[in-house]
Amino acid sequence: MSLFRRPSADPLWRDEFSVFSDDERYVTRRQFAKFLVLASLGMFVGNLWILVRSWFTRQPVYPAAAIARADEIPVGGVKLFLYPTPKDQCILVRTGADEYAAYSQKCTHLSCAVFYSAQHGRLECPCHNGAFSVRDGSVLQGPPPRPLPRVVLERRGNELVALGLKIQPEAQHG
Amino acid sequence: MAEAPQTGQNKGLTAIDGAMALIVILLLVQIWLLTTTLETFLAGYKETALPAAIVSGLILAACVGLYFFIDRIDFEHRTR
Repeated sequence: MSLFRRPSADPLWRDEFSVFSDDERYVTRRQFAKFLVLASLGMFVGNLWILVRSWFTRQPVYPAAAIARADEIPVGGVKLFLYPTPKDQCILVRTGADEYAAYSQKCTHLSCAVFYSAQHGRLECPCHNGAFSVRDGSVLQGPPPRPLPRVVLERRGNELVALGLKIQPEAQHG
Repeated sequence: MAEAPQTGQNKGLTAIDGAMALIVILLLVQIWLLTTTLETFLAGYKETALPAAIVSGLILAACVGLYFFIDRIDFEHRTR
């Protein structure tokens, strides 16, 4: 018994296979509309799945990890490191005598590795000419939809310690 | 030149075609909504999930309503 079927004394085949050619146009349209409604149901289930995932996904806990010595890199120099897991490549840039900035190295467009351009003073993605500000990770140009995730740093003596990964608000173009 | 009046059957088909066009438009909006919600969710923003699910549910309800409209016209025509 179909969920969408009208209660009828007629057998199912009479509903679904018309013997009159004029009625056939109605039957095919109704069947196609049913298919569209089922597709709409699929979209709704997809949205529900995202909602359930958003409820049950816990906030990630990041370990504190020493990533570099403060005097290890010169001003304008960079160091690559892995954080928070050995699969996540990050980039540390010394932007001033006592200024450091670290970001995930994955471009937010298609995950190419970004590099620091000392000439332009920004992080650049070679794949599609995306560029990010080294000051705050915001998008300066190109197709990336979001800023680079920022690694929260703390200086402990002569050591730079990564404390977490901060996903930043949407880029402000214009 | 005057147009020939529509027969009852053609009127029914026109109504069904209009309803189907509306369902297609609603479905396209729903597909866009799902992709943008997924995009923002994967970017770490969870606030959009609830309103998107509510709107998607409303669109589904509208599609089901339009389907019952089509079903009623089909039933009325074929039991005439």
